[in-house]
Amino acid sequence: MSNSIIKVEGLHKSYQMGNNALHVLKGIDLDIKAGEMVSIMGSSGSGKSTLLNILGILDNHDRGSYYLDSVKIEKMNETRAARFRNNYIGFIFQSFNLISFKNAMENVALPLFYQNVSRKKRNMKALEYLDRLGLKEWANHLPSELSGGQKQRIAIARALISEPKVILADEPTGALDSQTSFEVMDILQEVNQLGITVIIVTHEDDIAHRTQRIIRLRDGLIDRNELNGKYEPVAAGDIFTSN
Amino acid sequence: MFDLDRWQEILNAIKQNKFRSILTAFGVFWAIFMLVVMTGAGNGLINGVTSGFKDFATNSAFMWSNRTTIAYQGYDRGRWWSINNDDMETIRTEIEGVDVISPRLQGWNLREGQNVVRGEKAAAFNVMGDYPQYRKIDPCTMPWGRYINDEDIKLKRKVCIIGENVYDVMFEEGEDPVGTYLRINGVYFMVVGVFKSNNPNINIGSNKKETIYLPFTTMQQTFNYGDEVHFFGFTAKPGVNVQGIVDEIKPLIKKHHKIAPEDEEAIGGFNVQSELQTMEYTFLGINILIWVVGIGTLIAGAVGVSNIMLVIVRERTREIGVQRAIGARPAIVIGQILTESVFLTTVAGFLGLAFGTLILHLTDLALSAAAAGAPEDEMTFFANPEVGLPLAIAALVMLILVGLFAGLIPAMKAVRIKPIDALRHE
Repeated sequence: MSNSIIKVEGLHKSYQMGNNALHVLKGIDLDIKAGEMVSIMGSSGSGKSTLLNILGILDNHDRGSYYLDSVKIEKMNETRAARFRNNYIGFIFQSFNLISFKNAMENVALPLFYQNVSRKKRNMKALEYLDRLGLKEWANHLPSELSGGQKQRIAIARALISEPKVILADEPTGALDSQTSFEVMDILQEVNQLGITVIIVTHEDDIAHRTQRIIRLRDGLIDRNELNGKYEPVAAGDIFTSN
Repeated sequence: MFDLDRWQEILNAIKQNKFRSILTAFGVFWAIFMLVVMTGAGNGLINGVTSGFKDFATNSAFMWSNRTTIAYQGYDRGRWWSINNDDMETIRTEIEGVDVISPRLQGWNLREGQNVVRGEKAAAFNVMGDYPQYRKIDPCTMPWGRYINDEDIKLKRKVCIIGENVYDVMFEEGEDPVGTYLRINGVYFMVVGVFKSNNPNINIGSNKKETIYLPFTTMQQTFNYGDEVHFFGFTAKPGVNVQGIVDEIKPLIKKHHKIAPEDEEAIGGFNVQSELQTMEYTFLGINILIWVVGIGTLIAGAVGVSNIMLVIVRERTREIGVQRAIGARPAIVIGQILTESVFLTTVAGFLGLAFGTLILHLTDLALSAAAAGAPEDEMTFFANPEVGLPLAIAALVMLILVGLFAGLIPAMKAVRIKPIDALRHE
């Protein structure tokens, strides 16, 4: 029996919009085990991005409790939150969000910069990760010189370099064509097989069906939370098995 | 702090919008440039003015007689009168604050045609009668011989000391004048020295370089001045206010000469101490003006930098948000913005400092060249415009402070950016 990496009970969140309070999350209970690969689905306005923000300690919740790796996450100052994010969580964004004036290697190395790792060490490690993702020869290229798929792979490398316990991906394939999307999903599945919990927010069914569990949100509540029968683990690829 | 990635960000922010960065930096550049040039010019003015009286006794004053302006004790107004030897004696004995007193004779009537003759050389020079004490008020060096001494006064010796120009005209270059005779208005005087004043810009009565000093007593007797004293200078004892002494002397002299006590015009005077004080206040005023204008401009420059930093923060909202999401602590973001702002102001300020110093240096060179070509006794009111190391260090500290100040608001704004903003899709 594996441990919970993310445990959420009775989570509420509302936003103040002028005089009206917009109640976005209305009591979410969620338990994600370490090493799971989960997708969160829902129409826009269902609260899936808000949930992801709270899980990523980018936003505070109002009520309820949230345990990340058995640590209770409460209102904390930004410095602590940043340290948590840096150590526990890797982010992947829809629009990649690479730093435009840093080359691929420097982008990947950035989280280590915030851990005060020396430039030489972090760039070496970044090269290693780029190599695994097959982008070694692009290490010195700027993001503007790369294709969407390449950019997302660099973003994945950046999320992995701090060796997080959880990868949070917000519509990771939203800006990619279906061919590239599946490639990215292959990579994410392989990442998952390393034992890293992967949580993907998406509204595409075929992306969701490549995860072990699908959580559907509707109007701030969990509508359905079901194991995905169609889930097929990919054969351990050659990307991370060398580890 | 010195990690390459940090500087990469700063340089990128500047490079991204070169023209904007240059315009912004120009404000700070101009402020420091102005401050340096104005301070240099102010110092030049002060140097120029004060170089003329390096060691003139600053605690001294001069007094002389004028026509009376009020009728008193049977005397009509407009009476001519003269200070005399008795007055000097009275002041010496009765007024305690006086350190040295030096009566002087001014031979207005002696300079005419060619009043000074030596062999075949003849020229017109001023003649004055002096006490040895005068050297304490207006110090001088003696390239040849000695100053007038007490024996000269006591024995009324027919000796004289001559100014530099007198020597140049009446003697060959390098010739020893001591022991030679000059015929001054028909009377022979032996030259005992050549004086060179340390304060060539202060001339009271006549241009010192073209003047011959005789012993006071000799001159009174030889040229029939009776017991007249044309004017006198004195110095105050240490810690005594010169004006206080002037106020003590006036009633004393007025009583002697039956001058109305309320007659303000009858005794003329020049208080070196208070004149210098006025001048010091003027210089202080100039300095305050320079700093007010300079710092005002610097603040304007800082506001410009601050403004642009705000724009940069806004432009980079997304980037900052991503950095926060992947683990940048608030301190890192603040440090980044502050470094950027300090970097911009310091570089711009240093260029201003360097350029300003260059301009001052060129001015100095031009002034030196002009001074070398000008006649020697021309008065200068501007010399050695310069700024010292203290100003440069003060400027550096100021720039860093200004940079921090300018970066503060943008940095606080950058920290308030929620990482969520970076997650939001466009």
